Amino acid sequence: MLRTSLLALTLASAPAFADEIWVSNEKDDTISVIDIETLEVVRTIDVGERPRGITFSKDYSVLYVCASDSDTVQVIDPNTGKILHELPSGEDPEQFVLHPDDRHLYIANEDDAITTVVDTQTRKVVAQIDVGIEPEGMAVSPDGKIAITTSETTNMAHWIDTEKQELFANTLVDSRPRHAEFIKDGAELWVSAEIGGTISVFDVETQTEKAKIDFEVDGVHPDRVQPVGFELTAGDTHAFVALGPSNHVAVVNAETYEVEDYILVGRRVWHMDFNTDRTLAFTTNGVSGDVTVIDVAKRKAIKSIKVGRFPWGAAYRPTN
Amino acid sequence: MRLSWLCLALALWSGASAAQDVPVAWLNVERELPPTLSNLDPIPEDLGAAGALTALNDNKTTGKFLGQKWSLTEHTAYLGDDPLEIARNALADAPFVIVNAPAETLLAIADLPEAKDKLIFNAGTGASDLRGDNCRANVLHTLPSTAMRTDALAQMFVKKRWTDLVMIAGGHEDDQTYAAAMEKSLAKFGLTLKARKEWRFDADMRRNAAQEVPLFTQDFGDYDALIIADELHDFGRYVLYNTWEPRPVVGSEGLQAAAWGAVVEQWGAAQLQSRFEEAHERDMRPKDYAAWAAMRSVGEAVTRTKSADVAVIQKYLLGDTFELAGFKGRPLTYRTWNGQLRQPIPLMHPRALVANAPLEGFLHQRTELDTLGVDAAETTCTAFN
Repeated sequence: MLRTSLLALTLASAPAFADEIWVSNEKDDTISVIDIETLEVVRTIDVGERPRGITFSKDYSVLYVCASDSDTVQVIDPNTGKILHELPSGEDPEQFVLHPDDRHLYIANEDDAITTVVDTQTRKVVAQIDVGIEPEGMAVSPDGKIAITTSETTNMAHWIDTEKQELFANTLVDSRPRHAEFIKDGAELWVSAEIGGTISVFDVETQTEKAKIDFEVDGVHPDRVQPVGFELTAGDTHAFVALGPSNHVAVVNAETYEVEDYILVGRRVWHMDFNTDRTLAFTTNGVSGDVTVIDVAKRKAIKSIKVGRFPWGAAYRPTN
Repeated sequence: MRLSWLCLALALWSGASAAQDVPVAWLNVERELPPTLSNLDPIPEDLGAAGALTALNDNKTTGKFLGQKWSLTEHTAYLGDDPLEIARNALADAPFVIVNAPAETLLAIADLPEAKDKLIFNAGTGASDLRGDNCRANVLHTLPSTAMRTDALAQMFVKKRWTDLVMIAGGHEDDQTYAAAMEKSLAKFGLTLKARKEWRFDADMRRNAAQEVPLFTQDFGDYDALIIADELHDFGRYVLYNTWEPRPVVGSEGLQAAAWGAVVEQWGAAQLQSRFEEAHERDMRPKDYAAWAAMRSVGEAVTRTKSADVAVIQKYLLGDTFELAGFKGRPLTYRTWNGQLRQPIPLMHPRALVANAPLEGFLHQRTELDTLGVDAAETTCTAFN
């Protein structure tokens, strides 16, 4: 019985293309494409210099890549791996977020203290907004009304009114904010601070801090526990938080803000993404040059997959 | 009733829009230096000042969201000037003064009556006594002490098992201080120096280093690494590849330990490097980094405390909540017993970062960073009690 069902599974998945995780390799100028069924790299695609942020359009028909040192955002056909065209991005685009309108990219220009808004259809810059030094984390609220840029040296979350394309609030967070996400349908904004070692939880309505999450990994000095990228599990019940050079991912209860688990992964874990039902998480481990696959239910690493040098971003792509 | 409303309105108005002025001064005291054999590496005139300027811009960008108004005045005491006179001008300009000066001058400045309620940042000397017997409560040190740099190298020797060590020391006071710090570090980490020779050559080594250095190093016999104490970078560069035994050269040449270097690029450092290079058209050096860290320390403290008062800032900098993101992979804090900025020390050769001290395995009950330099238990500084 077991054998038959396994066989059926294999048959079902063999002819169709399996879903994929796309990983940008910062120091190889490539993207590694991981097959979620076989957990192997099936394609390696050449892109521009120092690829970091990557994200798909809402229908997954194109991939956007921040080619930081080429000073451009590249638009790639995921089927062929060909670069279709490039978008003006401002200097040194590091990370970006696609607006729910599926049209506007909000881009952090790390070297210029600017957030650039680009229209992907007209391929023109719509606005540039002055923010703090070394902007990095980017998020847009689910209703599309608020965009967030976090600046690493200024230590702030900058709140952008997307209608006027201007700042309406600036809130201090701990040292070196790296990543931001709206959760619970946009009721909360979470911002991770790498050097501060915390995640600040903001009430979006009032832009005030309502909680702060601390991390503590056994046997690792607090200085090395550095929250960077994070993503939410199905239903936003838990956050998986990459803790950089502590080589662990924390599992945070999104209701109580308590850390429930720490999962050992590769070295200097940076960003991550999930598969479609969020049963597997894929983390990029910069220093070890691999991706750790985590079984979300068991909260255990089940495999490491060698990718290129300094994997940075991860993006999920369904193929069925 | 009406009056109280007015008061409230005024208070609200001032809270929202009153700009907070934060003046900072940069003071450079020129120092007479002997000529060096090579002309390859001139010392930039804006050494240190350039770092303070880069941090000023960092602070300004943050400040514009918070109503802070930052300014930096620059003061230089040229050779022949009275440095204390110039220092008084700087102290009159600003409550926070970042200084690049020799140890004895810095001490005299710190003891000026005008400096009593000011905060001075030492970004120019690694002298141990300024962190020990001659420490002052109004002086914080953002440049690592020489002991922190030599401890970093000693950790490398232990890690690499380079236990058989020899040293060549130059004749300048700075070389001798470095050599003494190195000997202390070796003792601290259980190493011994097998032999030490003093560099006493008057010849121009660009012409005959190849003939002289092999002979000079021949009687060292075999060893694991050769330490050079040549802080003025006079003769050390001619020793590499000219030694009798083919061994690594470390210290002031070859593998160096310093606060900062052009090859530091991890932990976001590439961004700081590119900001600096764009503004000043040269590499960022250790003293630039120290001045940058001083200015950013004040920036961070003013932002978090919403105050520009010296006493408040000083207390915050030495307190538990202060931490500076200094592009070195972990938060930087000040040692409460002598005002030294705790920081990782990169070990570098001119083309790459080799390691980052504290090296793995050197443990400490407080923080591994305190394996570098003088620890609380050994300090002779009492000004911070």
